[in-house]
Amino acid sequence: MNRRQFVAGAAAVGTAITGFPAIANAQASGPIKLGIPTILSGRVAQLGISSTNAVQMVVDAFNANGGLDGRPVDLLIRDTKAKPDEAARVTRDFVNSDQVDVVFNCEASSASFAVQEVVREAGTLCLHNVSETSSLSADPAIRSPNSFRFARQGIHDAVGSARYAAGIAKEKGLKKWMSVSPDYAYGRDNTDLFFKLLNQFGGDDIEVVGNGWPKLFQPDYTEVITQILQRRPDAVYSALWGGDLVSFIDQANLYGMFGSIEFFTINLADYTTMSALRDLPEGLHSGTRYISSFPDIEANRSFDTAYVERFDDHPTNWSWECKVGIEFLLAAMTEAGTADGAQVADALRGMTRPSIIGVGPDNSVTMRGDDQTLINYAVGWGTTVAEEPFVTNIQAADWADIVEHETAWKQELGYI
Amino acid sequence: MELAAFGECLTNSSCLIFQTVGGLKIGMLLFLVASGLTLIFGVLGVINFAHGSFYMLGAYFAYTTLAVTDSFTLAVIAGALGAGVVGILFERGFISRVYQSNVLVQLLVCYAFILILDDLVILIWGEEFLSSLGAPEVFRVPPLFVAGAVVPPFHLFLIGASIAVALGLWLIMARTRFGKIVRAAAQNPQMVSALGINTTLIYAGVFALGSLLAGLGGALAASERSISSGMGFSIVIESFIVTVIGGMGSIAGAFVAAILIGLARSFGAIGFPLFTDGLMFMVMCLVLILRPQGLFGRAES
Repeated sequence: MNRRQFVAGAAAVGTAITGFPAIANAQASGPIKLGIPTILSGRVAQLGISSTNAVQMVVDAFNANGGLDGRPVDLLIRDTKAKPDEAARVTRDFVNSDQVDVVFNCEASSASFAVQEVVREAGTLCLHNVSETSSLSADPAIRSPNSFRFARQGIHDAVGSARYAAGIAKEKGLKKWMSVSPDYAYGRDNTDLFFKLLNQFGGDDIEVVGNGWPKLFQPDYTEVITQILQRRPDAVYSALWGGDLVSFIDQANLYGMFGSIEFFTINLADYTTMSALRDLPEGLHSGTRYISSFPDIEANRSFDTAYVERFDDHPTNWSWECKVGIEFLLAAMTEAGTADGAQVADALRGMTRPSIIGVGPDNSVTMRGDDQTLINYAVGWGTTVAEEPFVTNIQAADWADIVEHETAWKQELGYI
Repeated sequence: MELAAFGECLTNSSCLIFQTVGGLKIGMLLFLVASGLTLIFGVLGVINFAHGSFYMLGAYFAYTTLAVTDSFTLAVIAGALGAGVVGILFERGFISRVYQSNVLVQLLVCYAFILILDDLVILIWGEEFLSSLGAPEVFRVPPLFVAGAVVPPFHLFLIGASIAVALGLWLIMARTRFGKIVRAAAQNPQMVSALGINTTLIYAGVFALGSLLAGLGGALAASERSISSGMGFSIVIESFIVTVIGGMGSIAGAFVAAILIGLARSFGAIGFPLFTDGLMFMVMCLVLILRPQGLFGRAES
């Protein structure tokens, strides 16, 4: 190396050394970047649309109020087409190329596991806002210390669902049961848990006489419907959702199935699903995914009104999940005074805030610290009616009961 | 496997009727789509991988027409004709340019068309799934009970309409001048051309007819299936299976194979509920092993 090369090299190193803090400062004072992998096309595009709509509403208000010490929040929203490999690729891009502060995951279950593996490796703060598969946050082998679940959790809904169904089963003498649920992680997890608890709550009278596992996005359900009618169960439980549930109900209506069989469907009571049905049969039992009348509080009704005014459509279950997630995230950043992942995570653990969907003290929900999972959100079941409010006779689940059985379930699986 | 339930079903007239009608409905809707696919392959020698997109377009066109006219009949006609018109544009504008190309090039063109059409319907109709058309008012009645089996009248209509289309297609191909020319063009296009017949027009006509059948299948299926971008993908896979089982290019083969697949799904749900998709592929494998050219296909000389 000659003298000239040495001077040039030293100058380059000097620029780099003095330049790095400038870049770091720019990042600390620039916009806070949230990467959102989600589904924006295909039969479940509603998932991504209604999720990001809710996030946008909260972020717009936050930015209008000055952001985090003058730093606005920027949303990077990308379509993963519901493919796990695409979700992993998009998340890797968020982390490596876009250098996002937070991965705000609005993916369905199968892709959420892929997102989880990427953020675990990268150490980026991640919020899961849509996937309901219990193991994502319950199983210590899958859970990640930098990930928080703001979505419903399958086991919570299963306890609420099975309690409600066991009560109706006893009242109406429903003994023979079947299921029709989508054949992937969420559908199987949800249905298995439901029947496990139904057997526990309903006693020895409950008998499962068959299960139908149509593929996700299967267009025709005739074979499942004829299978159900052939076995003549007293009741059917379903974890189908969105367009799949609409197709199933439309097709089953032709057979007059709901006149002879009690139908329990956890995912019907979402406005977009109910409004897509040509004829919403009366008397179906449904979990309350999202309706503005449960919980029946002003904040919930106002959110629905504001969402309709802005997007000309009602919010979905995914909307409230994402709304709660982004509100907690921004509150944690404000409390920590930074967007630093580790400090924000510390602030999130154990945080309790009022929420449109809260049934805790003063309508609050809580981010439980030990497994980083949301609790005290509204879990309820009722029966459908053709007109607003679409679901009546809602019975709210008891969170003490949910937590008791969730703990027993975790112990049984060796999670705790 | 639930062999006891399967055996019981086979010996019970109620179950037999019930599952048969269900299987026929699945099969006949599948036939409408597969017949177009096999017709195009038989005459043009093109594996139209984009065929499912015409099924999707048929459903969307029918949805809009129903919303505007409130007529189920007009909706189905518009679905079929609309898909046929787009088929002509696709054939003239794109696929005709790669007739002589490698099959991979044809597949690429088709795949590009699938992606473009999927995005186009999102731009026009939005990202959300749309509700089904619903059965026409006349069929919104309680189901029939035949020997204890529940039979929706609308399913009988769908089966009947599909059989009528199959018969019409057979008549066109077997008894009309157009059919004779099409069959001749499939065998020896140069000779047909030398006789002064416009083969370009024939090819466009056949492609339009194939697309029209897919659109008709989409419009009828949309009466009980929700509609979304990308809905053509699953149907095109099943249609290929039907086409392979029946014999590439054989409409009669597609008819029989579609019924076979429908019944396999319907009865399979009773005996092998976790293996209904697998049954479909097993039938295809069996046929390919025993009769590689398909049930009604001609062996290559």
